[in-house]
Amino acid sequence: MAQKKVSRTIKDINRKIKEGKIVVVTADEMADIVKRKGPRKAAREVDVVTTGTFSPMCSSGAFINFGHTKPAIKASHVWLNSVPAYAGIAAVDLFIGATEPAEDDPLNRVHPGQFKYGGGHVIHDLVAGKKVNLTATSYGTDCYPNREIKKKVTLADLPYALLLNPRNAYQNYNCAINLSKVTKYTYMGVLKPNAGNANYATSGQLSPLFNDPYYLTLGLGTKIFLGGAKGYIIGPGTQHNAYAKRGKNGVPMEPAGTLMVKGNLKEMDPKWVAGVSMLGYGCSLAVGLGIPIPILNEEMARFTGISDEEIFTRIIDYGNDYPQGEATSLGQVSYAELKSGMIRFNGQDVPSVPLSSYVRALEIAHILKGWIEKGEFLLTEPQEMLPTVDRT
Amino acid sequence: MYSKMLSLRFPKTVVNEPITVNLVKKFDLSFNILKATIYPRKEGLMVLELSGHRKSFQRGVRYLKSLGVKVESIGQDIKRDEDKCFQCGACTAVCPTGALYIERPEMAVIFDREKCSACELCVSACPARAMEVKFDRSLVY
Repeated sequence: MAQKKVSRTIKDINRKIKEGKIVVVTADEMADIVKRKGPRKAAREVDVVTTGTFSPMCSSGAFINFGHTKPAIKASHVWLNSVPAYAGIAAVDLFIGATEPAEDDPLNRVHPGQFKYGGGHVIHDLVAGKKVNLTATSYGTDCYPNREIKKKVTLADLPYALLLNPRNAYQNYNCAINLSKVTKYTYMGVLKPNAGNANYATSGQLSPLFNDPYYLTLGLGTKIFLGGAKGYIIGPGTQHNAYAKRGKNGVPMEPAGTLMVKGNLKEMDPKWVAGVSMLGYGCSLAVGLGIPIPILNEEMARFTGISDEEIFTRIIDYGNDYPQGEATSLGQVSYAELKSGMIRFNGQDVPSVPLSSYVRALEIAHILKGWIEKGEFLLTEPQEMLPTVDRT
Repeated sequence: MYSKMLSLRFPKTVVNEPITVNLVKKFDLSFNILKATIYPRKEGLMVLELSGHRKSFQRGVRYLKSLGVKVESIGQDIKRDEDKCFQCGACTAVCPTGALYIERPEMAVIFDREKCSACELCVSACPARAMEVKFDRSLVY
């Protein structure tokens, strides 16, 4: 007897969450389930698959309102712990970007620079409840006469603090090697000469957008795990590119989709928004992000069941090609190979090195799973989908 | 063959003692001195790699301690801040001794202090800056 096709809605899923009957598995568990039982049976059994990623994500920052002062100021330049913030918005609003180095940082004058403190660290310190020195200067106006203020602020003092990351959760990323004869210090980490190591990012089968390669279930309004709290997808991220080259399974084989996300900084945990320093490159912010993927049908079970050996990325030379604006693929490599610790490149064994934390990614998937099972987290309907392409 | 990087700090009373010669003659050990200094107040610091049979090594270290020499493994001088480390694995690219490695399939990043040669390459390569040097690096190099 033919079995009925699986079809469920986000409403059905939320009803099951409220009834305490929801079945949630993490993306790596789902890969195993689909392998053993096939996508149809998996779709019947599983309602939601949770994903996670924890990695430096440079396109991150925070919108902060620091409250009106007496006398009032229209801040035109602002520094947080001597890291410049963008103040070209309303009187006491600012945006602090993750990669902004402290103003007195020696940068790369002695190469490779250390980049010990920057915008990502400011955000981390705020979330950790530390006091941050705020300095603002102004040219003075009739309504805002104050020319300069200095004060110590904590996250609790700030009337408003929103993490707003223009591009996070890259769906796939390059595997970086260095074919030049000198060590290169890149945003992909330290790359030893003559293909001494191959660095990669993304958490592979656990990574959010690898589990919904055509963005069929998520978009503006999708509730997610962000920085230890609940956040939202608010649209495609900068450089979102659905037209990237895809494999037969629909999964992009090069950098493709991205997300713009937001969340209340005050609810976050410093464990999941951590300032980082990339030697010779700059400062950044490591962001923890996880998305629940609703298993609406068999197709979503198939997508979420895709495992590391079926996900590929391209190898790019960051020694010569990338700095010249060339992104010529030197070959494909699977995440299973990358995670094994050694890849084969031009007949040579090259140690592979992750920049994303798989341990933390898995922890996020489990936290999200726990929230949903306990009924603390309901799924939301996306109000506008991300740009995508037709399924092949 | 057992080999370890040690820092020896000795009080001025033992500065005149030919301790390294004794390590070779009495305990059949070989050594490679990376740094040896006698400070103005006559206390000394020596950083050396000491190699030999494990038992001879232990006897040699016991001899040093009996003279009042403070013996510390250099591996214990590089520390990982477990709160800061978020287990990415970037450090494994630069670690020359395999003291920092990834345990599979968990993908947990392990720091084996016994294997650490205190080269400090991980200190600045760590994005989270979780690796700390616990003594003044200018003492050694």
